[in-house]
Amino acid sequence: MTEQSKGKTISLPVLGSVSRRTAMKGVGATLGAGAFAAAISPLRHLADTLTVEELMQQHYQELSADGKKKVIERLEAETKEQYGADVTISDPRPIPGTKFVYAINLSVCNGNGKCVEACHNENNHDRDTNQSYIRVLEMQKGTMDMEQGNTTYDHEVPAADKFYMPVQCQQCDEPPCTDVCPVQATWKEDDGIVVVDYNWCIGCRYCEAACPYHARRFNWKTPNVPAAEVNPDQGYLSNRIRPQGVVEKCHYCLHRTRKGRLPACLEACPTGARVFGNILDPDSEIRWLLENKRVYVLKEEVGTKPSFFYFFDS
Amino acid sequence: MFQARSSNRMSDRWILLILVVCGFTPLSGCDEVGSRHEVNTEFADFVGGTGSGGRFEVTISRPAGPPVVRVATPEGEVALACSTCHDVRTPNFSNTTTADLDEFHRDLPFGHGSISCLSCHNSDNYDTLRLANQTTVEYTDVMTLCAQCHGQQARSYEHGVHGGMSGYWDLTRGPRTRNNCVDCHDPHQPAFPRMKPTFKPRDRFLTPPEHDEEAGHD
Repeated sequence: MTEQSKGKTISLPVLGSVSRRTAMKGVGATLGAGAFAAAISPLRHLADTLTVEELMQQHYQELSADGKKKVIERLEAETKEQYGADVTISDPRPIPGTKFVYAINLSVCNGNGKCVEACHNENNHDRDTNQSYIRVLEMQKGTMDMEQGNTTYDHEVPAADKFYMPVQCQQCDEPPCTDVCPVQATWKEDDGIVVVDYNWCIGCRYCEAACPYHARRFNWKTPNVPAAEVNPDQGYLSNRIRPQGVVEKCHYCLHRTRKGRLPACLEACPTGARVFGNILDPDSEIRWLLENKRVYVLKEEVGTKPSFFYFFDS
Repeated sequence: MFQARSSNRMSDRWILLILVVCGFTPLSGCDEVGSRHEVNTEFADFVGGTGSGGRFEVTISRPAGPPVVRVATPEGEVALACSTCHDVRTPNFSNTTTADLDEFHRDLPFGHGSISCLSCHNSDNYDTLRLANQTTVEYTDVMTLCAQCHGQQARSYEHGVHGGMSGYWDLTRGPRTRNNCVDCHDPHQPAFPRMKPTFKPRDRFLTPPEHDEEAGHD
């Protein structure tokens, strides 16, 4: 406010010669700043748990070898701090010349659910919700509509006139879930496994909605896993303990299978209904199965091209 | 994990005893001269599981040997072979199931189609088994016996798509262990036992909300 303007004006002393436009700008700026502060206020809660390194972490595929090492060290330290468990987080890459395919014998599966439990334990799922990547659907014989399947049966199995169909991520060759991800936090790797970078996922759940197999899970809460039950053999893209607010899914136990081992659900199956292997190996068990058994894929009509087959003994 | 195993071991013990009391019922239509070598060589492939070319082995679990019956005596527990009793008893060919027996093995549940004890047990040597073509088979090679009727399953097994396993899918990186027929199937009641599911998801969407309010929304 200048001397000149003071002399000329007789208006309210507070506003002085400030024009209406300038005043409205001030009001707008104040409101805007306030609204911005309110909008980002949830971030203040994050400040307690979110480190600068975590916030600034790059996408998995853009991390350098050194950067990856630092991220993994940080995650191991966080697991120790938050869960009291000493874990080793590895980052096995696809084995060249390998494409994983899974098959389940529905003539043999009796719906006992040991695979569900094995997945729960292997993959450090939340104990409170009995989370697992596998659902076993009890199906009426003669039907094939998985939407009519029931997961909550708790009677002795197999029940008369029912068959049992375990459903987990089908590792589609045309995965609709990766197409819809707005931040490319999920993608298909060279060995056919669809993975999630849990540190890049924003938790929008588009992928969950896009999956025709209901195979994706959302972490509504921070997983509760007692220190003694934490599986210390972890992978960055697989079974490390996931943060709250991100989506996760079956990854064919890649921390095991990329080191040559069988998936946990297969080893746990007491009926021997599960077959796993490398479809690119002409001598593999899975290859013989696909060539000699009557196999089908779930929801073939949606064009997802699953790497997961179901078959019956004939 | 494979609860069936321990119970199978127990039932193995009883196999020999069953033989004693059972009579020998000749299988109708079986050719005694049959091509015995075929069955044995086929199964040698996957019973042996020898590795080559830098590959790790596939080990198929096998029964330790002929079953034994443990009997408490004043001197302590004694393990008796099947032949201990059966060598001095004459097979009764008219007995076909355990229910027909007068003593021993009577409590053993039997439900294996219409075959009889001596369809598999060897009345000439109760410490062994016998194929339909009269070839003697050791207890450790019991899968050869199963395969003579269950060819469909045997062929699937041979190609690694029947029966549970653990270890490595990639044999260049590690070994694999596979179940034997009798690890999962009780030879006397081979239908897979019924089970009770023990692990169910606790998903808030699976429970009507009015019953779930107290439990909280996880």
